[in-house]
Amino acid sequence: MTAAPIEGGVRRNRVAAFFGRHPVGMILSAPYAVYIAVVFAYPLGFSLWISFHDYFFAAPGAVVDHPFVGFDNYKAVLTDPAVRQSFGNIGIFLIINVPLTAALALILAVALNRVVHARTFLRVAFYVPYVTASVAVVGVWLFLFNSGGLVNSVLGPFAPDPSWLVNEGLAMPVIALFVVWKQLGFFILLYLAALQNVPNELYESASVDGANGWNKFWSITVPAVRPATALVVILALITGANLFTEPYLLTGGGGPNGASTSPVLLMYQRGLQQGEPDFAAALGVILVIGVLIVALINRRFIEGKD
Amino acid sequence: MARRPAAVRYVVLFLGALIFLFPFYYMLIGSLQSEPDTSIGGAFPTSGLTFGNYADINSRVDLVGSLINSGVFTGGVLLCTVVFGVLAGYALARLQFRGRGTLFALVLLVQVIPFQLLLVPLYVLIVRGYGLADSYLGMILPFAINTTAVFVFRQFFLQLPDDLFAAARLDGAGELRILRSVALPLVRPALLTAVLLTFIGPWNEFLWPFLITKQADMQPLAVSLANYISNVSSRAANPFGAILAGACVLAAPAVALFIAFQRQFTSTDIGSGVKG
Repeated sequence: MTAAPIEGGVRRNRVAAFFGRHPVGMILSAPYAVYIAVVFAYPLGFSLWISFHDYFFAAPGAVVDHPFVGFDNYKAVLTDPAVRQSFGNIGIFLIINVPLTAALALILAVALNRVVHARTFLRVAFYVPYVTASVAVVGVWLFLFNSGGLVNSVLGPFAPDPSWLVNEGLAMPVIALFVVWKQLGFFILLYLAALQNVPNELYESASVDGANGWNKFWSITVPAVRPATALVVILALITGANLFTEPYLLTGGGGPNGASTSPVLLMYQRGLQQGEPDFAAALGVILVIGVLIVALINRRFIEGKD
Repeated sequence: MARRPAAVRYVVLFLGALIFLFPFYYMLIGSLQSEPDTSIGGAFPTSGLTFGNYADINSRVDLVGSLINSGVFTGGVLLCTVVFGVLAGYALARLQFRGRGTLFALVLLVQVIPFQLLLVPLYVLIVRGYGLADSYLGMILPFAINTTAVFVFRQFFLQLPDDLFAAARLDGAGELRILRSVALPLVRPALLTAVLLTFIGPWNEFLWPFLITKQADMQPLAVSLANYISNVSSRAANPFGAILAGACVLAAPAVALFIAFQRQFTSTDIGSGVKG
């Protein structure tokens, strides 16, 4: 649209130059802009500020000093054995959860994509855990995996001792499996979306060249959905870094000797229960930096060079 | 295509589906058993089922009150997300104004800020600073406008043809009028998807309401059930029966909505919301 020299056109142009062609847009998006400022930007800055100061909860209304302490909180976090253990636990979680999630989601999405019969039933079956509250399904996993539970009844003499959720070596793997089961439906959806963009001609020409199903899967499907795989890995990573409900409820607040304590669970325990919000804020910053580093490495490896 | 691969595909899918659905079946069965029976036969009971566990959990956790709290929390989040999200999404997609680029960059940024980083400061601000512990407002605030939903709304409005808006503006319609009478009716089906996706979040949310509600009569069902699991259950006669009865009550609304509207959960909509 060119600026037509109509009545008041000059004034309108000047207004447009400053506010844009539709200044009403500022009003429409103002609540959202304010929301971002109040709920994200300010707390984000505040979080960094807390992590560099001696911050503690004072009585309401009391005026207290929060002196600057430099990297003291970060030093405390990095030298704390419980913190190291929690990062190690997340490492175990990711090593089990991420490959299993990506592989199962892709295989099931490829299979679902070609299915004609019982499509609705199959989709619902795989998505239902994703839409259900963690707290509700944790209840049934507790029932399944406790020492006298159905899983051990089926295994009989092969049941682990101590049982799954109170076993130092098994608590974290059970949590990782739980999260695979819980989230898989969402990742299947992502892969189904990606599969829509794979051109059919590729499969046809591969068939002409005599490729079998397995060849086609490895040399066409897997490379074609690479961007989706990168996304799945990053989202699974973020889920892992956010882990709280499952270790808190499945393994009674962190498992045997802290074997399933996650960094966020530790943030809750140290920051809010034991009243060290500065320690928790520094731990949060370190956790996020860790996630960013792993996400960047993942980008290089899966998406190839930029 | 050959027959055999198709048969293998169905076997794999149905086996997977059974594994995925079994915990839900077992949740229901467990909630109806008067005595927990964890033997293999106990998974396929023929008699002795009762609703006693539902009465039991109701006597320990105020089910109706908790469900009302969950409903208010979820409803508040949905209302704010839809009203403010549609306005922001429409402005970002269809209007040119100063700061649009900056705001859109912020939308993308907010999507990657992890909640862990905000856990401590939000708790300090909302509970200690504003005194909003044990209140609906405090529960709703961190989720009030779902950024993924804003992004999805923007995608919907972007897909509409330009001429439609040019014609409406030529007729002298104001932007709010265009939004209400032209744009919204056209994206109504997609709006439903966004609402359903947003519903799952607050209904299933545990960590935040758990942090800020200490009074039992303000807790959503996910929180009261979790507290029951971690505190009370070891002293109850049939703890799992009561837990599973509560779990069924918590799971039912989301699962029922999902099954009723499962056609709306299409891969493309969710893909567009996440791809950023």
